[in-house]
Amino acid sequence: MALVVALAPLLVGLIRKVKARLNRRRGAPIIQPYRDLMRLMRKEVVLAENASWLFRSVPYMVFAATWVAAALVPTFAAGLQFSWTADLIAIVALLGSARFFLALAGMDIGTSFGGIGSSREMMIATMAESAMLLTVFSVALIAGSTQLSSVSMYMTSSAGLRVTAGMALIALVIVAVAENGRIPVDNPSTHLELTMVHEAMVLEYSGRHLAMIELAAALKLLLYVSLIACIFFPWGIATDGSISGYAVGVLTYLGKLTGGGIALAIFETSIAKMRVFRIPDFLGAALMLGLLGTLLLFVSRSL
Amino acid sequence: MVGIDVAALCVGALFSLGLLAILFANRRLARTYIYSATIVPNAALAMLGVAVLAGVVGPSSTVLPVGLPWIGTHLRLDHLSAFFLIVTGIGGGLTSLFAIGYDRHDSDGSDHGYEAMRVLPFYPAFLGSMVAVVLADDAFTFLVSWEVMSLLSWGLVLARHHAEETRRAAYVYLVMAGFGTMALLLAFGLLTSGDGGYAFDTIRAGVHSPIGAAAILALMTLGAGSKAGLVPLHVWLPLAHPAAPSHVSALMSGVMTKVAIYGFIRVVFDLVGPLDWWASPMIVLLGAGTAVIGILNAVLESDVKKVLAYSTIENVGVIFCALGLALAFRANGMAAHAALAFTAALFHVFNHMAFKTLLFMGAGAVLNATGLRELDGLGGLIHRMPTTSVLVLVGVTAISALPPLNGFASEWLVFQSVLKSPDLPQIALQIMIPAAGGLLALAAALAASAFVRLYGIGFLGRSRSDAALRAEEAHRVSLAAMASLAALCVLAGIFPGVVVDAIAPAVHDMVDSRLPVQTIQPWLTLVPIAEQRSTYNGLLVMLFIAVSGSAAVWTIHRFASHRLRRGPAWDCGFPNADPIAQYGAASFAQPIRRVLGTVLLRVREEVEMPEPGNNAPARLTVRSRDLIWEDVYLRVADTVAIIATRMNSLQFLTIRRYLLLVTLFLVGLLMVLTLWN
Repeated sequence: MALVVALAPLLVGLIRKVKARLNRRRGAPIIQPYRDLMRLMRKEVVLAENASWLFRSVPYMVFAATWVAAALVPTFAAGLQFSWTADLIAIVALLGSARFFLALAGMDIGTSFGGIGSSREMMIATMAESAMLLTVFSVALIAGSTQLSSVSMYMTSSAGLRVTAGMALIALVIVAVAENGRIPVDNPSTHLELTMVHEAMVLEYSGRHLAMIELAAALKLLLYVSLIACIFFPWGIATDGSISGYAVGVLTYLGKLTGGGIALAIFETSIAKMRVFRIPDFLGAALMLGLLGTLLLFVSRSL
Repeated sequence: MVGIDVAALCVGALFSLGLLAILFANRRLARTYIYSATIVPNAALAMLGVAVLAGVVGPSSTVLPVGLPWIGTHLRLDHLSAFFLIVTGIGGGLTSLFAIGYDRHDSDGSDHGYEAMRVLPFYPAFLGSMVAVVLADDAFTFLVSWEVMSLLSWGLVLARHHAEETRRAAYVYLVMAGFGTMALLLAFGLLTSGDGGYAFDTIRAGVHSPIGAAAILALMTLGAGSKAGLVPLHVWLPLAHPAAPSHVSALMSGVMTKVAIYGFIRVVFDLVGPLDWWASPMIVLLGAGTAVIGILNAVLESDVKKVLAYSTIENVGVIFCALGLALAFRANGMAAHAALAFTAALFHVFNHMAFKTLLFMGAGAVLNATGLRELDGLGGLIHRMPTTSVLVLVGVTAISALPPLNGFASEWLVFQSVLKSPDLPQIALQIMIPAAGGLLALAAALAASAFVRLYGIGFLGRSRSDAALRAEEAHRVSLAAMASLAALCVLAGIFPGVVVDAIAPAVHDMVDSRLPVQTIQPWLTLVPIAEQRSTYNGLLVMLFIAVSGSAAVWTIHRFASHRLRRGPAWDCGFPNADPIAQYGAASFAQPIRRVLGTVLLRVREEVEMPEPGNNAPARLTVRSRDLIWEDVYLRVADTVAIIATRMNSLQFLTIRRYLLLVTLFLVGLLMVLTLWN
């Protein structure tokens, strides 16, 4: 659990650094997000006059839900203590509840920025969560369980190359890009309301509240990269519980995070942000891939 | 004094309370006494249901000497009836508690004086008739109680009959209820084929051909489905549920739809006997389609109660989808899978009663405080009605299927049963069920959007009208009722294994199998089929969230700054204090309307821009069509009107034509008789 919280800002820093280098800039140091969080924590909170108790407590709720979800994904070892508490569907729903409360917080102040962020976020969420659930169905049908430890152990041993696994991978990457608000769906470094989705919802947050929300966003990105790694690239995950197994697991996990971060940075740099109403087409592709994968797996077990 | 006698006494008590209300309606404090008295039989019925399910009281039946002289009234209390007694008892009892504190301006002004005679006599009798449907053990009692339930609820919908839309809603409701009862009559006619025995025992022993069984299933879907709110028979629900007084809406949405589902389960799973597999795909697809159409309409409506009514349609769709899956599994002999799907359906029935009743009570509290049902007039209520806001937040979180509350537990079980469906051998099912699963996933995602919109615009933000600015908190008795339901939502979410074990006897009666005992699992995890596959632990998820949240709060308070300053909201340099500038109901729904509404609801947006130099305002027109209402119902109504106009000419024939008609008819009848013999 502590590992994911410690690593999340590092992943964000790595992605920003790689994007900067690809743009021929020096870029901020990789540990800059830690410094940003410290700075935000030391600052005073400026709260709108009509902010309610919900506004003040949502950062903690969002952080708690995202942290629990991220801690449930097998990172360096499968079958850890309490990994059976929640399966893939529960992890998707935990992220959904974090988004639910963040969207409510966006509506709380009663400005049009919050409304734009919340309404666009719920539109994206409608398509992304359905695509994610269908992808979860495909993966569960391939691996025979929705329990993530079982899934990664199955994929390590007996998966082979399968068409439906490839479709599920593409769909999950599309959903991950949409849910984390990366280009082409949303620009994480913008402050123009025309291009905001996530930033518009958290516009009124400052100080320690904003620190919690930024850390939760970093955790969510780490969760998705870990999820893709654990399901589709599960080699190296420790299953036996030995110290050497754990060490190998941690090293391979760090390697996968680095690879995932660099891949995301290259993807973001090479593509432009979409118009808002092109996003449903983008997510619709993921939805269709998930549905097709599920359908193929229902009809034939070998695909 | 066995269980069924206690139940029958409670039904009698509820009907006599209705009679008492007629006699004493205009006295002082009549409504407080009547509503308080209604709580007692409901609580007794709920406790009786728990006792029967727990095995403390055995199933029992009786024959009362009322009703038709040669049949009597058969009543039976078995495990399935006990479960639905719990649903009606808790829903009815807590709604009566809420009603004590609701709409208390009954002695001044004729606007609220309707309550005395138009609501009070009908209300306890409505509850009594619903319980009678659940307890009925012969066809006659079932149909009479069903019809009495429809008529009494029609009377309640008409309570505020001065409004035109209420009269229209009641008319549509009456027509649909009549249609539903006709379908049920035909279904029971087919069920009691042959010797004409009415008792359910006799019906159970009967054997039906596959076509006959499928016909009974289709008729039951029409009859019970129209009362529950299945598409395309749902058109009365968004009209009638909002038109009724709020506590009645809570009962109709939360309890009466469940009684309709009970009728469906009783006939299709119990009375009709074995059904072939090809009967189930229709139910599954109807359920999934209902879920999506219902919640899509909910996202686009701007009346709070209409949003909740459409959300009821969505949840009924989910329940029917799970029931269809249970039918498919049972027809293929996969009893354990059928138990999973059936448990998911019953669990969702209970959960929906809990959170929908809570949400309608919240809508009632808001209506009472502001006089408004339109979302575009509300806002900022979290400051004016703090306790109501918290309780409605619990309800909204539960209905959006978010862990660790109860909505997620039953949705999780439904998804697990969808994931078991590849084991079904028939290819048609294998193609249809992934589509249904996809539709269910879309419905679940849309539900969260609908309720973010409802809560965000209704309770958060700034008040959009003076009425919302001056809203007062609800009465503490009403708040107690809402708090009980909110606690039920939380407890059922944290301890889903307890609910699943309680439902197990009813599941076993219907599908001959049950889920493994849940309360002995380590840490009270929910383990539907086997350890390896999938588990969910609501208690631990809640504990983890609480621990993480507390750790975050502690860390922040220890290491971060404590300073806080209030300031104006960010306005980008244009200070505009007008609350109309914030997002409204239609603006929040616009992205989803544009993405998903163009096909199903034919949403078209047009902008009329005046040319430059013209000072006229631009106009945005949004047009949507209800395809089901226009293409199905209006067509049927037009056809009936055309036929009626043509047949009207029969009223104006000459005497010779009449005599000719009578002679031809007699000759025809005699020929039929001779041919038959």
